[in-house]
Amino acid sequence: MTGKSAKKSQGKAKYMLEIKNLHATVDGKEILRGVDLSIAPGEVHAIMGPNGSGKSTLAYVMTGREGYQVTEGEILFKGRDILAMSPEVRAGEGLFLAFQYPVEIPGVPNTTFLKEALNAVRQYRGEPLLDAMQSLRLVRQKMKELGVTEELLKRAVNTGFSGGEKKRNEVLQMAVLEPALAVLDETDSGLDIDALKTVADGVNALRGPDRSMLVITHYQRLLDYIVPDHVHVLAQGRVVRSGGKELALELERDGYAAFTGAAA
Amino acid sequence: MAANVETAEQVRAIAAEKYKYGFITDIESDTAPKGLSEDIVRLISRKKEEPEWLLAWRLKAFRHWPTMAEPTWANVDFPAIDYQDAYYYSAPKSGSKPKSLDEVDPELLRTYEKLGIPLKEQELLAGVAVDAVFDSVSVATTFKGKLEEKGIIFCSMSEAVQKHPALVQKYLGSVVPAGDNKHACLNSAVFTDGSFVYIPKGVRCPMELSTYFRINAANTGQFERTLIIADAGSYVSYLEGCTAPMRDENQLHAAVVELIALDDAEIKYSTVQNWYPGDAEGRGGIYNFVTKRGACRGVNSKISWTQVETGSAITWKYPSCILQGDNSVGEFYSIAITNNRQQADTGTKMIHLGRNTRSRIVSKGISAGRAQQTYRGLVRISAKAAGARNHTQCDSLLIGDACGAHTVPYIESKNRSATVEHEATTSKISEDQLFYCRQRGISQEDAVALVVNGFCREVLQQLPMEFAVEAQKLVGISLEGSVG
Repeated sequence: MTGKSAKKSQGKAKYMLEIKNLHATVDGKEILRGVDLSIAPGEVHAIMGPNGSGKSTLAYVMTGREGYQVTEGEILFKGRDILAMSPEVRAGEGLFLAFQYPVEIPGVPNTTFLKEALNAVRQYRGEPLLDAMQSLRLVRQKMKELGVTEELLKRAVNTGFSGGEKKRNEVLQMAVLEPALAVLDETDSGLDIDALKTVADGVNALRGPDRSMLVITHYQRLLDYIVPDHVHVLAQGRVVRSGGKELALELERDGYAAFTGAAA
Repeated sequence: MAANVETAEQVRAIAAEKYKYGFITDIESDTAPKGLSEDIVRLISRKKEEPEWLLAWRLKAFRHWPTMAEPTWANVDFPAIDYQDAYYYSAPKSGSKPKSLDEVDPELLRTYEKLGIPLKEQELLAGVAVDAVFDSVSVATTFKGKLEEKGIIFCSMSEAVQKHPALVQKYLGSVVPAGDNKHACLNSAVFTDGSFVYIPKGVRCPMELSTYFRINAANTGQFERTLIIADAGSYVSYLEGCTAPMRDENQLHAAVVELIALDDAEIKYSTVQNWYPGDAEGRGGIYNFVTKRGACRGVNSKISWTQVETGSAITWKYPSCILQGDNSVGEFYSIAITNNRQQADTGTKMIHLGRNTRSRIVSKGISAGRAQQTYRGLVRISAKAAGARNHTQCDSLLIGDACGAHTVPYIESKNRSATVEHEATTSKISEDQLFYCRQRGISQEDAVALVVNGFCREVLQQLPMEFAVEAQKLVGISLEGSVG
């Protein structure tokens, strides 16, 4: 590492996220074939693309899921290479993934899970741990801000939740953990329009100058509610086009056919 | 990939070393000569100044013992036990028996403190009375005075034999006869101590009663015998905990527990078993061959077993209920965790004899490493048990791909009006769940503990509050290193 880049990682990096020429394989099959993407602090970017273009793979590679092998390129988060970090360390650094399919953990109350996650992240950041009451107070405050019902707290994590409840629970976790970069993977999937609005309101409430977001979606619909600063098209493992929010409308009109053909 | 496997093995090996109760107390012991003989049985009885009838009872069991075959139906594998290569009596040498806690050897008090069981009453959890059994003898019982005010008897078995011989003679062996099985028969011949509880008619025991068993001496078997009698309309909640030092050789623990609930009485019996499980390669560890049985003798009586089994090299244990009284209720809630090379064959028997008797079985088995675990349960409905009902829920969770889980339910119904239900599931700890937790900042090991605690929640909730937290931690510790 040169003196210059070391210095950069000390202070505030220009970019929240920089992905450079990222190649990744799953089961030996190359899914990402040279992704480039830069997100500045406070920006909201959307990644759109057809099914199988590598959108979810990108989210999992960023968060360090096992089974996703990076073969080339790098991911810098706040100026630091995160590829060697475990998923939990990346989370501690402030990387959050709102899952497309939030996972059920039977028997573990939502309050317990939120407390465990909050304290794990606080410990990583060198902040004092919260006891059950302090943690509950914080969670309740966030719920109030997001308009999430208390009833969600008593139930086991995502267990028996409706699609809308699961996604609201993801947003609640995001609000509690206060990440620097949130990746929202198909947060609109399985939501009716009312649930979509509620979730989008929650996400918008968390936008701020120090927090960036990467919204992964198949449809333009979500972007009516979470308005991005930039839109990228991912096709066949590469960002094939970037533009402003109007690009999403163009995709809605013309579909992805042009890109899947072009990138082949 | 090879490097990964190696690292995982190392982590497992280190985890197995983490058994924090593995220390040895350096204390002078009064130990009987090695081996098993009629002389040893007589010596134990003499040491305890027992009445003639009890010696006769022991000797009858001792003579019957060689004629019995070891149970071979359990799904566990171990070399034949050399019964002559063990000590059957070992007691800390501290002169005469201490009359109060102030007279107990400070080294012993320190041992129990290290185990998290302070025996000084002012330091104890409020509302928990403790009987501490060290190797072959009870070394201290707390809160006796307070309990005596209500007429409750809580003392060591040895003391009960001296002070309450009529009760002991009436009930000893009445639920688990000496010839019940080979391990129980050996216990009947050489049992050394244990706890005795009697709750008088209509009394609700105001505190949790608990016994803490500790094996310290090398090559020593522990053969304790516990007897709990809940007289009509009474209630008691009792908890036992167990640990032992880390030693390379296997040690035998063959206990017998008998519970008797008379009319409208209720006994809640909880166990947190954390005997030394052996190292990662299966060297050492306790053979936990235990016979536990409760008799719901009276109408509307209830016996509830809750067990958290995390230790021992081999566990062979089936806490059971004999539902004699009409409308009586039997419950069995179990968490069994086996890691590394541990083997467990555990479950319950619910014997429905009375009318409208009910039983409920909830078993949660977690297997990791190269461990093998079997749930074995019998539900028997006799011809007279009209309206009897049973519900069994049996869930197994596998961690990794080198362990095994087996479910062997036996259901026998001789009454057409009975309802017997059995549900069973087997699942693997899911990569999705672990990644979800880790993405939220929770470490791999904490994630395993969290998911497993969730899996066990229904059973953990049955434990007295004071011990539920401890048990939750133990669940996590037992599985350390199970995910490489």
